[in-house]
Amino acid sequence: MHRTKVRIVEDALDANNTIAAANRADFDRAGVTVVNFMSAPGAGKTTLLERAVAELPGVRVGVLEGDVQGSMDADRLASLHIPVVQLNTDAGFGGECHLDANMVRSAIPALPLDEIDLLIVENVGNLVCPAEFRIGEDARVMVSAVTEGEDKPLKYPLMYRACELVLVNKIDLLPHLDIDLDRLLYNIDKVHPDVERIVVSARTGEGVDAWRDWLTRVAAPAGAMAAG
Amino acid sequence: MHELSLSSAIVNTVAKHAAGRRVTVVNLRVGRLRQVVPDTLEFYFEFVARDSVCEGARLEQELIPARLHCRSCDHEWEIEIPAFRCPVCAGSDVAIASGEEFEVESIQVEEAECIAQR
Repeated sequence: MHRTKVRIVEDALDANNTIAAANRADFDRAGVTVVNFMSAPGAGKTTLLERAVAELPGVRVGVLEGDVQGSMDADRLASLHIPVVQLNTDAGFGGECHLDANMVRSAIPALPLDEIDLLIVENVGNLVCPAEFRIGEDARVMVSAVTEGEDKPLKYPLMYRACELVLVNKIDLLPHLDIDLDRLLYNIDKVHPDVERIVVSARTGEGVDAWRDWLTRVAAPAGAMAAG
Repeated sequence: MHELSLSSAIVNTVAKHAAGRRVTVVNLRVGRLRQVVPDTLEFYFEFVARDSVCEGARLEQELIPARLHCRSCDHEWEIEIPAFRCPVCAGSDVAIASGEEFEVESIQVEEAECIAQR
């Protein structure tokens, strides 16, 4: 026996990216825009979706709901009479903390792609892993709730840099918090200069119109964002 | 916590190139911006490598500094904290010159002598 060095130089996430590209091709062929929707657990993703998708004139929305376990979120969204497909990640070892391209691929046959224009993939609540794994999306959106603190962009820069839009949620709670909204916005800009931000309250509805407008814009066939 | 998934990605990438040969060393290039904790990655790698060609292999991690390049004023600098605006012109058109790597650079494999001899 002897030892040989084999030069490789390959991105270890190439396998995932290849599957993501295949997903993207399937979605493009069906004319469906895909948004990867990410945040920490409890930041308000499902409520922001309920608020937005109930009133998106001219846009047929479907949701792919990623959770480690359970279908609570999917049940909430299905009550809006839109197609919802649940994807649980607990089949894997320990329950994956994010969706990857392969999991999304496995869900494609269950998705009514010819009946929707916009597919929103609600990722597993997590500020780290989802940022690493492309799923074949056109655009990525994250929710950053003010209750999480001003420092989160500095602690999780990968996530804040991985998205085209940051929804700053729960601003109705600002009077009760020792949080400086300007400082949070400053930190977001520091980590991802000029990233688009919408300040919202899923509870009061403030800013939700701008969030709906953004979704309508990306869902428009000609206006699909080129997010790589 | 993403080190577990990243470890699986490394083992799968290596297995593809090892072609069944036992792997003794995996040389990995990791950019500082990947937020990888080296000790945690090593821990999970050893775990995920079990029952694969990587079982018992040593994971060598080369940490690549995060360097940015401002397209507006051509300034290039290294960052220690996540601040992506240009410190010279305050511009936002900033490219990442290095620091996003997560690649298997090379591996060391064991080969039977008869295969290596011509």
